[in-house]
Amino acid sequence: MNIHEYQAKQLLAKFGVPVSRGIPCTTADEVGKAFVALNEPLAVVKAQIHAGGRGKAGGVKLVRSADEAIAVAKDLIGKTLVTHQTGPEGRVVRTLYVEAGSDIDREMYLAVLMDRAAAAPVVIAAAEGGVDIEELAETKPEAIARHRVHPVKGLMPFQARALCKHLGLSGDQAKQGGKLIGALVKAFMASDCSLAEINPLITTKQGEVKALDAKMGFDDNALFRHKDIVELRDLNEEDPKEVEAKKFDLSYIALTGDIGCLVNGAGLAMATMDVVQQKGGMPANFLDVGGGATAEQVTNAFKILLSDENVKGILVNIFGGIMRCDTIAEGVITAAKEVNLSVPLVVRLEGTNVEQGRKMLEESGIDLHTASSLDEAAEKVVAAVR
Amino acid sequence: MSVLIDGDTKILCQGFTGGAGLFHSKNSLAYGTKVVAGVTPGKGGQEIEGVPVYDTVAEAKAATGATVSMIYVPAPFTADAICEAVDSELDLVVTITEGVPVADMAFVTDFMKGSKTRLVGPNCPGVITPVTADSGCKIGIMPGYIHRPGRVGIVSRSGTLTYEAVWQVTSADMGQSTCIGIGGDPIKGMDFIECLQLFQDDPDTDGIIMIGEIGGTAEEEACEFITQYVKKPVVGFVAGATAPPGKRMGHAGAIISGGKGTAKDKKAAMNKAGVHVCDTPSILGETMKQVLGA
Repeated sequence: MNIHEYQAKQLLAKFGVPVSRGIPCTTADEVGKAFVALNEPLAVVKAQIHAGGRGKAGGVKLVRSADEAIAVAKDLIGKTLVTHQTGPEGRVVRTLYVEAGSDIDREMYLAVLMDRAAAAPVVIAAAEGGVDIEELAETKPEAIARHRVHPVKGLMPFQARALCKHLGLSGDQAKQGGKLIGALVKAFMASDCSLAEINPLITTKQGEVKALDAKMGFDDNALFRHKDIVELRDLNEEDPKEVEAKKFDLSYIALTGDIGCLVNGAGLAMATMDVVQQKGGMPANFLDVGGGATAEQVTNAFKILLSDENVKGILVNIFGGIMRCDTIAEGVITAAKEVNLSVPLVVRLEGTNVEQGRKMLEESGIDLHTASSLDEAAEKVVAAVR
Repeated sequence: MSVLIDGDTKILCQGFTGGAGLFHSKNSLAYGTKVVAGVTPGKGGQEIEGVPVYDTVAEAKAATGATVSMIYVPAPFTADAICEAVDSELDLVVTITEGVPVADMAFVTDFMKGSKTRLVGPNCPGVITPVTADSGCKIGIMPGYIHRPGRVGIVSRSGTLTYEAVWQVTSADMGQSTCIGIGGDPIKGMDFIECLQLFQDDPDTDGIIMIGEIGGTAEEEACEFITQYVKKPVVGFVAGATAPPGKRMGHAGAIISGGKGTAKDKKAAMNKAGVHVCDTPSILGETMKQVLGA
């Protein structure tokens, strides 16, 4: 789960990460009032969407008066921002964050992320900020400092000192930086984050060290112990079909093709997408109904697939293990009848009682094709949508 | 014969009295697996399906001689259950539970340092060694009947994709020595390398099927190990060639981030290491058959 910049800053501030004063707004009127309330000569109006690259896309504007702030807000609210992270469809701006302007001296990069290889959180820092850290890792790996954080004890003081040195912070700024890094790691660990990124981290001409931007993502598996963070969820930022799927314990990711895929198991679901594409088709989604795959889940999955207008054909690929193929066939038949199936359907079943399952499908009267292998199923569905 | 477990291995089940634990324990028992004890705190002293229940892993081990645990306890309590099994010095802990917080697994990994216990999972189908056509040691949620005893070792990050490979191997009249589902989580127990080493060292495994997926660099590291250490033929597949970057594909570990962990990179590493790479999972069985000349 991800949250907005302003939410991340509010959360980080609670742990002691210095941020600028700011006010989240949803109307132009509020933005004007926020400018007045901040009482600064310069403020920044920042579009709040769950994607980076907002500045380049025109979603971050400097304003010097309430009128200017209102004009910017009128332009931004309701606008669809397309950045390199949103995809071509972009994201609609619903919230603006009005923040006191900063007198930037230098920009740096700082992040904590959960690292597989280290089996622990890792702090990453670079003295150059506002950069694409992935690109920097490719072109100048020595510019990036990495410190493994002990998963229980947290960050050691020597690590904070080394990170500050790498960032080029000295004297009082090194003290501020050390505190900030410590606070960021504490926030990361206490909130079960998958990522907490400050890009850029800045020093100001007045000598402060603070977070100019903030991005936080959380481990979905740990949300059960963070009710306060769950409340920060913004469903507007998520695909409605993905939200609907989660309600039924289905794992669904919308894609851009026209072949709906319904599979049990994440690995098999990915492999199914791969084979569909190999055969010249484009998958409309990734959909994992779970290794168990009950008849009810198959029905719900069908409904979600068919709510996507782009779907011109459906491929069901299920390896019936614990759940027998006749049970799954029953689920497919019930679902197809219930949802008034209007697109070609190809079903590939394998596993327990497969003969019985196939027979039920063939005798159901539903217009569907069966296949015995994944390759054959993919070929059939690709041919059917053409 | 097999790796990790064989027909004589005695198993205890943590989370035995819960819905999933009991359902799958019954299936394991029906497959002839020696499930000798259940562990559920506060429920010790009962007997369910002829299996005695204990309050703690230590008691269950002392009373029954169990050396392996399979864990079905709910995700919020899984880390605690793994640590209890490790503390009781079991040989192997197989964790089926999915949805365990990543930070919990980071803690478990730290807790296990210096321990001789091996961990498989979490979020995995489990480990199985077929002994006859319809029985064996089944620790997990895989359907037992698709397996046959044989000489192909299988290691995989994915559940149903493993069944797919098993089914093809069985259909091609080969059979499996042991199948290890290592699970799809980013921080987990055994990884490809340890499993590949076990299969290489097992005199009764002739060939290895390795099924990877996008995310992380475990497959790439495994390929370096294969180059140096593995002499037996390896047949490989990587799922997720068409997955878009930044989208998590069901498994917590299956995500392409920072340009790393793509199927293309993994397949290239496999090719370089001499792995027989399959472009579709449909040909895993026949490829193994050709490679073994069986």
